[in-house]
Amino acid sequence: MVKQTTASSPLLQVEDLGKTFGQKPPVQAVRGVNFSIAQGQTFGLVGESGSGKSTTGRLVLRLLEPSAGRVLFRGNDLGKLGKKELRQERRHMQMIFQDPYGSLNRWMSIRETLEEPLLVHGLLDPAGRKQRVETLLNEVGLPKAALDKYPHEFSGGQRQRIAIARALVTEPELIVADEPVSALDVSVQAQVLNLLLNLQESHKMTLLFISHDLRVVEFMCDQIAVMYLGQIMELGPRKAIYRTPQHPYTRALLDSIPGRGKKELPRLKGEIPSPSAIPPGCPFNTRCPLAFDRCFREQPALYELSPGHVSACHLAEAEGQPQGRPNNIAMSPGTGA
Amino acid sequence: MSLEQSDNLVVEQAQTLDSGEVELPAAVQPWTTWKRLRRNFTAVFSIGILVILTVCALAAPLLTNNAPLTIDPVHRLRAPGVEGHLFGTDYLGRDVFAIVLFGGRTTLVVGLLVTAISMVIAAVLGLLSGFYPKVDAVLMRVVDGFMSFPSIVLATAAAGYFGPSVATVILALTIVLIWPSLRIVRGSALVARELLMVEAGRSVGVPESRILWKYVFPIVRAPILVQTSFIFSAAVLGEAALSFIGLGVDSKTVSWGSALTEARNYIQNAWWIAVFPGIALVLTILALNLLGDALRDILDPRLARR
Ligand SMILES: Nc1ncnc2c1ncn2[C@@H]1O[C@H](COP(=O)(O)OP(=O)(O)OP(=O)(O)O)[C@@H](O)[C@H]1O
Ligand SMILES: [Mg+2]
Repeated sequence: MVKQTTASSPLLQVEDLGKTFGQKPPVQAVRGVNFSIAQGQTFGLVGESGSGKSTTGRLVLRLLEPSAGRVLFRGNDLGKLGKKELRQERRHMQMIFQDPYGSLNRWMSIRETLEEPLLVHGLLDPAGRKQRVETLLNEVGLPKAALDKYPHEFSGGQRQRIAIARALVTEPELIVADEPVSALDVSVQAQVLNLLLNLQESHKMTLLFISHDLRVVEFMCDQIAVMYLGQIMELGPRKAIYRTPQHPYTRALLDSIPGRGKKELPRLKGEIPSPSAIPPGCPFNTRCPLAFDRCFREQPALYELSPGHVSACHLAEAEGQPQGRPNNIAMSPGTGA
Repeated sequence: MSLEQSDNLVVEQAQTLDSGEVELPAAVQPWTTWKRLRRNFTAVFSIGILVILTVCALAAPLLTNNAPLTIDPVHRLRAPGVEGHLFGTDYLGRDVFAIVLFGGRTTLVVGLLVTAISMVIAAVLGLLSGFYPKVDAVLMRVVDGFMSFPSIVLATAAAGYFGPSVATVILALTIVLIWPSLRIVRGSALVARELLMVEAGRSVGVPESRILWKYVFPIVRAPILVQTSFIFSAAVLGEAALSFIGLGVDSKTVSWGSALTEARNYIQNAWWIAVFPGIALVLTILALNLLGDALRDILDPRLARR
């Protein structure tokens, strides 16, 4: 699918975002993440389980307090907003969760669920709310009869449609969708993804799309960031990531997609290390088939390979230009060309 | 006692909910509760007994022509069934049947008010405590303080301080019975706080007060319900205990507890003065505890079969 790229100022800017959970031992879930999303774009966040995708999504919406860095939404630093202002700002940014049943209040009917965002933000009068809820329900492909039912009366796919409707009801500008289809049957995944794409088009929304499935991300996203152990390893336009991936981790992930032509690298060995014990140097060095001595000493900077396509790999140094902003705040000295 | 058992239940329930994906057990969901209740023999049986006892207490003037406090020295210590005294008369010639019926009213009033007041306070404070760590830090010290006294000592002290009356009994028992329920509500609120739907509500922009009421309260409702029947039974027993040691209701009020006290000296020749109020008391306590256990089974996540 072809989408237009508007060259306006970004709707969302994430700067040096970091989150550490707990003390003994500290879990570094997100480390020095930078990206920005332009209005109307879909930005994909991929990576294995535990790479910090969900945490990043929560930080972006400030459902979690970051340990470092900041998030600018519509030019405003969300961290500077008071409690009430932040709550009011939530009207413009919403989330779709992986588990639709868990994310819906099962004591509330669908009507109450969908009216609630309008109600708590003081939008529309009762008649207008009713109208809006019915329109949206129709848009997500559910019958009007669904309104007076409760979440347990629906299938997984239908519940996710309800959750999508709830996220859209206040006409937000940004939606964070955290693995919105990975809990669903394969047979309905495509329907829900198509629904999301159509809605995004018709409502002119910006989407931060989180997934561990590279095929889904390819289908959905304009820009893609590959995360590993809380860091962005490679970031770029979809074409660049899928046609000319640079980072060995990205290449290994692409190799693991069944039926995708020749394999570039040997299979990845081992498992993703624990985020409470991130290896020194390049975080990927324990599994990288191309790792050499420098990878164990030095954390790679982000190198720009082509406009908007960056990779955090020492091997990219020869090909690319070091980018102004380092990938990680705790970068070792002497890095970069 | 039963209060501690239900405390354990909530802790176990919390662990079940805490481990891994936080998924609510089926039984905590409202639409299964009612169905299970109707299918549970113990629950239906105990509710039946309680309904009969309540109706008897409420309809007391219709069921007997005797007033419970009317002294009739001529007809003292009559055996049950004699001269229109179904349960006999006591040492002052008062009708024991009337005492049991009207005493049931005292029990009902004390039980209802103590349960209602202590559950409301426990629910509000427990929710706040589970949700706000600052409130929690203060409140839990208070709870520990109150709970470090044996409850009967605390109730006796309170009742002794205020002097005998129904209001005193209610106050004294409420002070004692708030704390275990508060801890249980707090435990459930701690679990509820971590639920995805609560985070989802926040992400939508639902204000905190509405989160507490619309998202968390429905979850703590189940343990509150179980707790209610145990608290009720503890209140009934507590009233009898306070009355028995002379710190309960005043002399112008009849209650099962005070009837038992007065029966003490005559029990060898007039068993009925003690036995009938005693049966009423035991039946009530038994039914309430059975109901509490049944509710616990019905709402227990480990028994949840889908
Ligand atoms: N509230 C929390 N407290 C402690 N650790 C946490 C918390 N949330 C996440 N983590 C840890 O942070 C790391 C990143 O978690 P996150 O959920 O962001 O990963 P993810 O990429 O979304 O993975 P998945 O594909 O499994 O959803 C994990 O190791 C996780 O255990
Ligand atoms: Mg996740």
